[in-house]
Amino acid sequence: MIHFRLMHKTTRRSLLSTAGLSAAGLVAAKSVGAAAHQHGASAPAQGPAHAHGGGANGPSFRAGGAVDNALNGFDPTELLRDFDWGRTTRLPSGRVLREWTIHALDKEIEVAPGVSFPAWTFNGRVPGPTLRCREGERLRIEFVNGSAHPHTMHFHGIHPSDMDGVPGQGAGLVEPGMRTVYEFDAEPFGLHLYHCHAAPLAEHIARGMFGTFIVDPRAGRPEADELVMVQAGWNTTFDAEGNQLYHVNGIPFCYMHEPVRVRRGELVRIYLSNLLEYDPVNSFHLHGNFFQHFPTGTSLTPIEFTDTIAQVQGQRGILEMRFPHLGQFMFHAHKSEFAELGWMGLFEVVA
Amino acid sequence: MSAAAPAPAAPRGRAPVWLLAVAIVAVIGGVLAVLALAGGDTLPERRGPPVEELAVERTVLKPGTIELTLRNTGPDAVAVAQVSVNDAFVDFERSTSEIGRLGSAKLTIDYPWQEGSPYAINLLTSTGAVIPAAVAAAVETPADDGSFFALMALLGLYVGVIPVTLGMLFLPLLRRSGPAWTQVLIAFTVGLLAFLVVDGALEAFEAGGASGGAFGGPELLFLGAGLSFLVLSGLDAWTKRRRAGAAAGGASPARLALLIAVGIGLHNFGEGLAIGSAYALGALALGAFLVVGFALHNTTEGLAIVTPFAGGRSPSPLLLVGLGVVAGAPAILGAVIGATVGNAELSSFLLGIGVGAIVQVVVQLAPAMRDADGRLLHPRAAAGVAAGALALYGTSLLVAA
Repeated sequence: MIHFRLMHKTTRRSLLSTAGLSAAGLVAAKSVGAAAHQHGASAPAQGPAHAHGGGANGPSFRAGGAVDNALNGFDPTELLRDFDWGRTTRLPSGRVLREWTIHALDKEIEVAPGVSFPAWTFNGRVPGPTLRCREGERLRIEFVNGSAHPHTMHFHGIHPSDMDGVPGQGAGLVEPGMRTVYEFDAEPFGLHLYHCHAAPLAEHIARGMFGTFIVDPRAGRPEADELVMVQAGWNTTFDAEGNQLYHVNGIPFCYMHEPVRVRRGELVRIYLSNLLEYDPVNSFHLHGNFFQHFPTGTSLTPIEFTDTIAQVQGQRGILEMRFPHLGQFMFHAHKSEFAELGWMGLFEVVA
Repeated sequence: MSAAAPAPAAPRGRAPVWLLAVAIVAVIGGVLAVLALAGGDTLPERRGPPVEELAVERTVLKPGTIELTLRNTGPDAVAVAQVSVNDAFVDFERSTSEIGRLGSAKLTIDYPWQEGSPYAINLLTSTGAVIPAAVAAAVETPADDGSFFALMALLGLYVGVIPVTLGMLFLPLLRRSGPAWTQVLIAFTVGLLAFLVVDGALEAFEAGGASGGAFGGPELLFLGAGLSFLVLSGLDAWTKRRRAGAAAGGASPARLALLIAVGIGLHNFGEGLAIGSAYALGALALGAFLVVGFALHNTTEGLAIVTPFAGGRSPSPLLLVGLGVVAGAPAILGAVIGATVGNAELSSFLLGIGVGAIVQVVVQLAPAMRDADGRLLHPRAAAGVAAGALALYGTSLLVAA
């Protein structure tokens, strides 16, 4: 099933990139990418693809190279606003039952132009799908292990021990070709995450097995242009000593090449999680603006109005901002090493 | 068959020798071809990831760019996909996207380097492997223009030609001393040359070790030394035979002096290499200390060259100057090559050639140390050898290149 979805995506991307678009292709692209187009986000980057960097102008990959998103099967720009609400039914009690099917898949990912990495993924993408639900719903996640390695799905949240998705508890390790179902209540509201908890834990996370898990408060949050960002790194040498590449949403420098487009004055909400392995702390810094910080998103009252926050692994927070000025504004780890090794992007504020 | 059998002149009924040779080579070639085509299929594929190895053969720093010349020294092709310098990814141009086995490529990195700073360069390959390269202390590489060549020529003149020719001023003293003193001086020369053999061999080892090893590292020293020894020995035997009728055995003084000059010249070529590469890296203090140090060091080499003229006819001044140029001028060439090419493997090989040449000279010179009783290492000779080695050791401390 997931294969079909990935293939569909691939087809759409290749259609878009073909010079001679057929009418059917245009229609398909429009219907699938409608949500993203609403914010004008999946439009190709303006100007040359290599507008930034080089020499004293800043870090850069080799000019002229680009990661093949179509071959990877996911596009970081689309991941930003891609919320997976699953399928819902009503339980006899009237309560909402929300269900997902998630596949563990081994996949070669082009993590930098010309550099491939044997990743372990949820649904063939890194980060995995952003699972979103509402406080109080019953959640049922069917986990199918299509990888060659045993895995689990461990959710952050409040749930019984046998639903914790760790070896030795409940279903424990899910062997290749096997499946299991995790079921629990959506609580507490906030920004959470999930990741594989098989050993060696560091490697399973560093290989790409993590994703965002959002529980909306019953009353919801104010209308906003919502973005998901997951901070992580690629340890391409597998030496467990730091990372060669740092990124948000899988591909280093991706938002330098294709800036995140937002509207002036509109409320922007970022769901920011840190899943960086092998380095102790990650950070987020925004240029030319400040934001309200809601750590873990478990309170509707922000704790600080700032332009820089730090998060250890597993820590996450909601950032809310409005851009008063048009133009391009950088965001990056305020650890220059991470920034210059890929964890750097641009907001493009349009009218 | 009797031992006194006549030399066979292609006996009847047998194939000629050349045909036999062709047949044998054809059979070996055929079997190898079959093995190459079919044999590989009977063995399993290699397990494990590709083996990616790159050696940096040359680093050129220009304002705003770092240029690396890479050589693939491993068994598999390597593609350098991205490059980071001091933990920051950089834009770069590459002469080829994939470097095949033994192939080379040039990377031109856009980076605002600062003079004197060290840089850790990581080459990220297509498989995610990291191959480190380093710049110990960034200094702009000298341009290969006229003023550069003039500077290298001046350096070579100062440290090579002038000191060697100066050393020849000992000749009148040499000619007025008796045979006993001549033996001592020859022994002194042998000791001096022996030190140069050890010194050159160690430098060649160092250069070979610094190379990536694609074309062999330290074994290049032995290859160079062996080849030069054999070539010079062969030349020597050939010239001896041509003159056999004229002189009644023994090497003529001029020929022996020329051999010594060639050997020392090859050694000074190695010294030039070291000076040139140190200059290119900005690691050379071009001061009076360097010049005086090399002058003292190489003056003793001039003495070695004129030792064969201790007896017999006095050589012409022109011959002496010629010998001085033969022994000293290679330092100029070495400096130019050292500063522009900077190839560790070539250096190792060339230093090896110098080592072999000097060994050959020692073999030529040593018989002249013998005393009246035919003893080689008699007390005077032993003292002379030791003094020669110590003199070069002492003066070598004066030069840091």
